[in-house]
Amino acid sequence: MDKTQEALAAADEPVFEAHTPLTTQGTETQFQLIWRAFKAHRLAMVSLWVLIFLYAVAAFAEFLAPNDPLDVNARYTYAPPQEFRWFEHTEEDGWAFRPHVLGYDVEVDPVALRRTFVMDEETKYYVKFLPETWETKMWGFIPISRHLIGVEGRRDVLFLMGTDRLGRDLLSRLIYGARITLSIGLAGVGLSLVLGVIIGGISGYYGGIVDNLIQRVIEFIRSIPPIPLWMGFAAALPRDWSALQNYFAITLILSLIGWTELARVVRSRFLSLKSEDYVSAAKLDGAGDFRIIWRHMLPAFSSHIIATATLAIPGMILAETSLSFLGLGLQTPIISWGVLLQEAQNLRALADAPWLLIPGVFIVITILAMNFLGDGMRDAADPYGSNH
Amino acid sequence: MLRFIANRMFAMVIMTLVLSFVCFFIIQLPPGDVMTAYAAQLAAAGDSSSADTIARMRAAYGLDEPFLTQYFIWLKSLLSGNLGYSFTLQRPVSEIVSSRIGISLAVELLAIVVLWGIAIPVGIYSAVRRYSVGDMFATVFGFIGIAVPNFLLALLIMYIIYLYTGTAVDGLFSAEYVQARWSLAKLWDFFTHVWIPVIVIATGGAAQIIRILRANLLDELNKPYVVTARAKGMSERRLIMRYPVRVAMIPLVATVGWVLPTVISSSIVTAIVLNLPTLSPILLRSLLTQDMYLAGALILFMGLLTLIGTLVSDLLLAWIDPRIRTGMTDG
Amino acid sequence: MDTQPVDNILEVRNLRVGFGINKTIVDVVRDVSFDLRRGETLCVVGESGSGKSVTARALMRIARPGRITGGSILLRNPRGDTLDIAALDDESEQMRAVRGDRIGMVFQEPMSSLSPVHTIGAQIIETILLHRDMTQTEARAQAIEALRRVQIPNPETAIDKYSFEFSGGMRQRAMIAMALSCEPEILIADEPTTALDVTTQAEILRLIKRLQRDLGMSVIFITHDMGVVAEIADRVAVMYHGELLEIGPVKQVFHEPKAPYSRHLIGASNKFTITGDHARGGTLPGLDPGVMLDVRNLDLTFRKSTGVLFRKVQEFHALKDVSLKLRDGENLGIVGESGSGKTTLVRALVGLIPADSGQAIYRSKDGRDFDLLQKGALRKAGLNREIRMVFQDPFSSLNPRMTVEQVIAEPLYLEGKRSKAEIRAKVISLLDRVGLPKNVLSRYPHAFSGGQRQRISIARALSVDPRLIIADEATSALDGSIRSQILDLMFELQTELGLSYIFVGHDLGVVRYFCDRIAVMHKGVLVEVGTAAEICQNPSKDYTRSLIAAVPGTDPDHRRLLTA
Repeated sequence: MDKTQEALAAADEPVFEAHTPLTTQGTETQFQLIWRAFKAHRLAMVSLWVLIFLYAVAAFAEFLAPNDPLDVNARYTYAPPQEFRWFEHTEEDGWAFRPHVLGYDVEVDPVALRRTFVMDEETKYYVKFLPETWETKMWGFIPISRHLIGVEGRRDVLFLMGTDRLGRDLLSRLIYGARITLSIGLAGVGLSLVLGVIIGGISGYYGGIVDNLIQRVIEFIRSIPPIPLWMGFAAALPRDWSALQNYFAITLILSLIGWTELARVVRSRFLSLKSEDYVSAAKLDGAGDFRIIWRHMLPAFSSHIIATATLAIPGMILAETSLSFLGLGLQTPIISWGVLLQEAQNLRALADAPWLLIPGVFIVITILAMNFLGDGMRDAADPYGSNH
Repeated sequence: MLRFIANRMFAMVIMTLVLSFVCFFIIQLPPGDVMTAYAAQLAAAGDSSSADTIARMRAAYGLDEPFLTQYFIWLKSLLSGNLGYSFTLQRPVSEIVSSRIGISLAVELLAIVVLWGIAIPVGIYSAVRRYSVGDMFATVFGFIGIAVPNFLLALLIMYIIYLYTGTAVDGLFSAEYVQARWSLAKLWDFFTHVWIPVIVIATGGAAQIIRILRANLLDELNKPYVVTARAKGMSERRLIMRYPVRVAMIPLVATVGWVLPTVISSSIVTAIVLNLPTLSPILLRSLLTQDMYLAGALILFMGLLTLIGTLVSDLLLAWIDPRIRTGMTDG
Repeated sequence: MDTQPVDNILEVRNLRVGFGINKTIVDVVRDVSFDLRRGETLCVVGESGSGKSVTARALMRIARPGRITGGSILLRNPRGDTLDIAALDDESEQMRAVRGDRIGMVFQEPMSSLSPVHTIGAQIIETILLHRDMTQTEARAQAIEALRRVQIPNPETAIDKYSFEFSGGMRQRAMIAMALSCEPEILIADEPTTALDVTTQAEILRLIKRLQRDLGMSVIFITHDMGVVAEIADRVAVMYHGELLEIGPVKQVFHEPKAPYSRHLIGASNKFTITGDHARGGTLPGLDPGVMLDVRNLDLTFRKSTGVLFRKVQEFHALKDVSLKLRDGENLGIVGESGSGKTTLVRALVGLIPADSGQAIYRSKDGRDFDLLQKGALRKAGLNREIRMVFQDPFSSLNPRMTVEQVIAEPLYLEGKRSKAEIRAKVISLLDRVGLPKNVLSRYPHAFSGGQRQRISIARALSVDPRLIIADEATSALDGSIRSQILDLMFELQTELGLSYIFVGHDLGVVRYFCDRIAVMHKGVLVEVGTAAEICQNPSKDYTRSLIAAVPGTDPDHRRLLTA
């Protein structure tokens, strides 16, 4: 009967609120709570690390690329990925740690006049750590000539992922392409975010006719298929623009359509928060509009906005790759994953050099990781379980 | 209800006008006017009479008028069925459109049917049997559908078929049927080809719909009215189909509005990769050659298609949701 | 035991219901045993989380995800054959035949408990066809009969309507019609009137009682409201933390409660009676003090427009020509049912909702007059520090992202008169004043219970030394005992600081307890104003009379609702 005893004690005590004893800490800030909820998401954590890795690769592309991505090799068109070996067996030393790749033997099919590459067990190119290979400028201004790995011999080649139609090293191009593709996703979303927050904020704050008008515009944009619109705008870009101009123009075009989802989220959060009692309370405390938005409302939806923005990046990357793939997006000499996949556009090339699809694998990995990360962030965004 | 329909119709008309304006804007976007590209082409071909022809055509299209006037001239000719002239293909745009529209619509409609045919049962299954093996498969499929770009999926399928059969998938008909009249044999040939683009187009949309339907249904499964139905003594299977599924389907009908843009977008990319005889490869070609009247007309047409789809889904929604039908809300 | 088993229609023995939490099964209902007699009303009372609802659902085997982990539930038919419900499978044919046919159930939220996309008729007919071998036409006729039985007007047309076309009370009637469409032997009603206004509650209670008599069924009525228990119960079962503390005839439980917890429940409800003697509200305190707030002809309409081309402007006239005075130092209660405009009125006074016309003249501390309805009036002359507000929902009125200190200090900071250290000292003294230790300063609101949060809200309201506190349903979301603690705290603060209160509420008992004068509102109109005692004992308007008549009493010897 100890339960009844408890009930008795509780009934006699004036404070019946013993369910939530004051001994629980409850001093964690919003960020701590969100981080704790996020950490519980295994997949999101793994994705976070994958993305950190990919973005690091993109950031240090010049250093990581073993070859000049623009270097054309007529001898090695459509060369398959080389076999990489960590150890070498020789008569004298037995097994020794000497990372190397095998050289190519070219066989020409006399009938079809097609060249096929086979691995030559005899030719070995030793892969060096921090060799002095090709000259470039890190981030466009620090001259470097040493790279993470490479082969030093004059005639030695290192094509770990094979080459393309012009004999360019796919791995190096992939690393350089990561920079463009991953950054265009961020830049596009960044621009969308600015547009979305401003337009959505105006819509939510002023309401009435302005809100109505903006909502109709959003509705309109969302009901039009994006790809033809993007294609239309992208095709209209002047042909003589520089690579950089092209890059920014494409970013702008992507975000012209991409802002709608963010604006929608900002507006709906804004509206739901406006009717929260604690916002009314802040108003009655005498807080001005700016302080109400900055101090009382923004912390409540910043996490949602970041999550939504994260979930918008994959769409941007997909759009960029699709446009570039079709030849309407970024143009050579810019290297993006979409541009790389353009090489794989016809079956002939694909049949000869299936490794050209490797950039596709990275697109899929990136998009999956972004989605998992965004999902995890969205689930963790509201640790108080209130105001959905 | 009538008021609802009237409002939607009116919105549709406005949207169409805005759409036409956007399309005309795109037509006008490239530097110079539409004739510049054509003139360059003629000059390249060594046509000496070009200057004269160009001047005449300029006048006909009102190209020296201000932007808005040009727009109205264009709009007026659109309304009278004249979609403009393709300078690269040397044919009226309306002719090009009408020769390929049937196949375009057929592929897209088939894709939508397949998309819903996959998404609805899978969505229901994975919500009702949450965390089952089937649900996990559905989740994996969902992520593939979201993460693999359409063109990549099309390439992959093409490549895999090539690896295993040695044949190259291309277009919608075998060579002997391309020019043939429609017959049962040709129809069969069509179906043996069309499944590839249909599956590619449907995958992305289906993945999204499965996610939405699953989430909606999971919400609905915990609603008090489900408990009420249980308390009546209904069997679980009948109860789920009759109540939560019915309610969860309503927002799904509304998604027709945005499934269409997705389907059309992905059908464009897919059709280009697989070289289908639809409107999409023409759109790409016209854009690459800056044949802007053709491109503008095609974009307008594709946009219009989704607007009609949105209208249909709105009306459908009003028809199946009593809350809208009785004028409680405006959806 | 004390009954002859033949009389019992249901015998529950040692029932245990468990829920799987983190791979272990936790019993939320433990060893509950009781009998239900033929034709009686058994009330099961307890606060939220006591296991009363789970017990009720277990009787119908719809308690999932919970499951029965022990005990038996014997359902007896008139011939004396028994069926052990606890031994059946949730989904078995036999169990489904019991649900809806032998036991009917009514739920708390009539809106969400009915399907939004099926007509009322379709849902009732479905129940009938599940259990009776009938044609569609016959079932429809029986469904119309069921609707007629619950006094829904024009049942022939009402049958084809959707639940959202009905008012709350009508919806609950439809729900009852559905539960009773197969004339079950037992009706389980799970808080069926909690979501309803007090007058509608009285109607539904009368309806259930009449149907019980007509159909000769037994009723298990689950509620947390001791007033409702006093009005309708034959016997009462008290539950606390998953256990049945005591069961007995209603008079015995009310007059000689065995369990201390029952005593506590009854005590808390006795405090808020509309008939008893109270410390306040008999006469006006002291001589006629000055008028602090004079509301004149306040009018307010909500407008919502929809559609693009054929605009439809929906108007809702929320306040119609409301005039009202608040005297210095008094507690003015504003009561009304949902939609009466009581909350709109006070929100308009503090400028959260703009009024269309009228005036609200407030005389400030230094004797100047301001019209509160002018835009931005509260910002002038620091009026927002003289008039403060406490909100209904203790969970949404505190920003979850600010610490207790930040919440309470916000008005002090905005006032801009004190240094950081002074503000902190003031916050600590305020916390002490509302009964919270100072170590809560750096905690976030989610660490607190509803009552504690409401104390924080009060501290925030007090921080700038106000004269008038507007409490908008400030205790409605709290359980009985905590409610009285908060009200007593508010009394103490009043004597100490010389405050006035405007207290908005829907519970007449609470308003009677706390207020000197009461204003009654109905559909945006101020029906009457008078001293609390006058309004409760001698109302002059019909509406007030019907409102008073609908309030459940607290004494099973003097039932108020069912005799009328």
